[in-house]
Amino acid sequence: MSFEPNILGFLCNWCSYAGADLAGVSRVQYPPNIRVIRVMCSGRVDPVFVIEALATGLDGVIVMGCHLGDCHYIDGNYEEKMKLDLLSKALQLIGLSGRFRLEWVSASEGVRFGQVVSEFTKQIKNEGPSPFSGSKPNQKLKEDLEAIKRTLSDNRLRTLVGRERAITEFGNVYEEIIEFEEYEKIIDDALNSEFLRNKILIKLEKEPLSVKNLSKSLSIESSLILEHIVSLKARNLIDFNRIDGITPYYHALKEAL
Amino acid sequence: MEDIKMGVFICHCGTNIGGFLDVPSLVEYAKTLPNVTFATDNLYSCSEVGLSLIKEKIEEHDLNRVIVASCTPRTHEPLFRSICQEAGLNPYLFEMVNIRDQCSWVHMKETEAATEKAKILIEMGVAKALLLQPLEKFQIDINPTALIIGGGIAGMTAALNLANQEFKVILIEKEPELGGLLRYLYKLYPTHDDASKVLEVRNLVENHQKIKVITSTEPVKIEGFIGNYKVSVKRRDGIYDIDTGIIIVATGAQVLKPEGLFGYNGSTIITQLELEQLLKENKINVKNIVMIQCVGARNEERRYCSNICCMTALKNAMLIKELKPDANISIIFRDIQTQGTTYEEYYRKAREKGITFIRYIPEKVPIVKESNIEVYNDYLNQDISIPYDMIVLSTPLIANPDSEDLAKMLKVPLEENHFFLEAHVKLRPVDFATDGIYVCGSAHWPADIPEAISQAYAAASRASTIISKDVLEVEGAIAEVDEDLCVGCGICIKICPYNAISMDDNGIAHVTEASCKGCGLCGATCPEKAITNHHFTTKQILAQILASGGK
Repeated sequence: MSFEPNILGFLCNWCSYAGADLAGVSRVQYPPNIRVIRVMCSGRVDPVFVIEALATGLDGVIVMGCHLGDCHYIDGNYEEKMKLDLLSKALQLIGLSGRFRLEWVSASEGVRFGQVVSEFTKQIKNEGPSPFSGSKPNQKLKEDLEAIKRTLSDNRLRTLVGRERAITEFGNVYEEIIEFEEYEKIIDDALNSEFLRNKILIKLEKEPLSVKNLSKSLSIESSLILEHIVSLKARNLIDFNRIDGITPYYHALKEAL
Repeated sequence: MEDIKMGVFICHCGTNIGGFLDVPSLVEYAKTLPNVTFATDNLYSCSEVGLSLIKEKIEEHDLNRVIVASCTPRTHEPLFRSICQEAGLNPYLFEMVNIRDQCSWVHMKETEAATEKAKILIEMGVAKALLLQPLEKFQIDINPTALIIGGGIAGMTAALNLANQEFKVILIEKEPELGGLLRYLYKLYPTHDDASKVLEVRNLVENHQKIKVITSTEPVKIEGFIGNYKVSVKRRDGIYDIDTGIIIVATGAQVLKPEGLFGYNGSTIITQLELEQLLKENKINVKNIVMIQCVGARNEERRYCSNICCMTALKNAMLIKELKPDANISIIFRDIQTQGTTYEEYYRKAREKGITFIRYIPEKVPIVKESNIEVYNDYLNQDISIPYDMIVLSTPLIANPDSEDLAKMLKVPLEENHFFLEAHVKLRPVDFATDGIYVCGSAHWPADIPEAISQAYAAASRASTIISKDVLEVEGAIAEVDEDLCVGCGICIKICPYNAISMDDNGIAHVTEASCKGCGLCGATCPEKAITNHHFTTKQILAQILASGGK
């Protein structure tokens, strides 16, 4: 039997959901793999929702909103684009970006809605079944996805991306506008470091480990691991566990989930 | 824990659903889902019979969640919600599942797969319905008063329109008298009516029983929300408060004074506005007149076309020709903008009257010498020299310098040239995103008299849809801040498209129920996840995700 993916779509009420309805009225035929969650604005779609969907074993997730400039809520989709661009970058870090897409579909684009869904279904068929579905989910990737989820749930990245448009378009409190590219670099750095920190944290929730252990299991230089250990300790997320010979071991202060 | 009893009604929609999906199996499936105490099918759920069945079953089975799996909530949710309400159920405890427009109609040749999809869609609906909470629509009282800021032609027209509908209107004007720029004009295009005749509307406004005109007055502070604005205004003798339901911004614009451009001196080289004054006083006694268009407009500093200057120049040229048929009038232009049936005809007439049109290009601007102008004629592809006795510069309307302060007070946006920016150029051209505030006339964009009047009517009409109500019902599915989680970062305040969130005295974000539209942007953005978007809560959406078929 051929692989039939399970695909989730988040559709905004005013454009894409209406476009999907129009596809129905026009009897546009597309594959039945997509299931839809209706939200009022694509701006409601927290990137964490997409990660949760992938984590439950859904094979692909698509978010659709009004075309830029046509948002029913003025500029909700601009804000959403910022968030989902960050999500795409985060998914790229763990090789899952092919399972996610953002599309703008208007209320009059019923035919296009069908095309987009057909194309995306094909794309996901090519990607193959979710690494998290079936009897043997990929545990390492699951840990990585958990690290991504925490990275996008924690306030550092959320604060940065929440202020991105304001600061790159209208300026900060000192009325300085930071160039978009420069700001993106700040976000990229934060994404990379938070992702690594969360990966360390997840390891330390399972068992106490030394810097050397971590360096080996994550294939990251120990000096960089140590840097993050220091910052995690400063944030009160990890603590000394014991000293084995001359090697300190650390453990997470929170139990594993 | 609340004892949840869910009823699921699955619609055949004639054969629209029933012809393509196995509806009986959907009913059987629905019965296996958690908390579903009743499930049935319906030939047409939206028919009289279908609706009374839903109502009957709510009462019979004491249902406290209702799901209809049928067409699209975009058309039918209000109907089913109201039947739930009639049966005594809070309308927000209803959930709709779209198995027609997004299932049976789009998978017509795949009955089996489409039926499986419909099962999952119903399961997702049930998962959400389990977590639905009753919500109340908010009622806000509306103060049936209109405040209009600016007493030019736009503001006066809006005031008169609303007052004639019996609304109480307060019209404030920063100058000592009403009239705005219209006071300085001589005759109006394209009919050559006297501006003073149009200005007579001023008497109607000043003497109208329903209009209170307050001159030499400016707003200094604006608080509140739709239906209940409080505006503090400054007069010579102190600060006064005005309570109003809506606000119309009609503050107009001003004419750019071309200091340093083309030898402007206010006597022989003047602006179109100054020419109007000379015409009024019948003081034109020169023969060679040259007008230069786009002075200080459509350049790096002001990229926009001011809309009114071409017609103004044509009109003044025609009037001079009427007074002095032997006058030589040249108009040096970049592009003549006279759109529409009447204005284009007007341009044709001007050419017939012998007014000369010379096109220049911005790379080679005309050079004003002592008694002649040297200009590169783009059509002839050569430099020519035109003698002049008087030069008239067509300068653009520019935003009032105090627009910025007013925009800040109103919390509404300005565009890059500091004119007021509407909520949507096509869909809401005289509204601001903030409810209950409207814009008309040149405050929005350089407008001529007919445009300002049409916009004023539009703004008055939009405003009357609000102040004609005693109370306004606002959506129950809105955002709410958890005060314990909020850290006061203010991100939600910045991103809310409707200025519905503000910081309270304790540094905690607070949602103004009347202004929130329930888009959910704040909830998806809040770094602390302190905001609940009712009816689309994180828990509800996660439950839908879990039910959506990932294994």
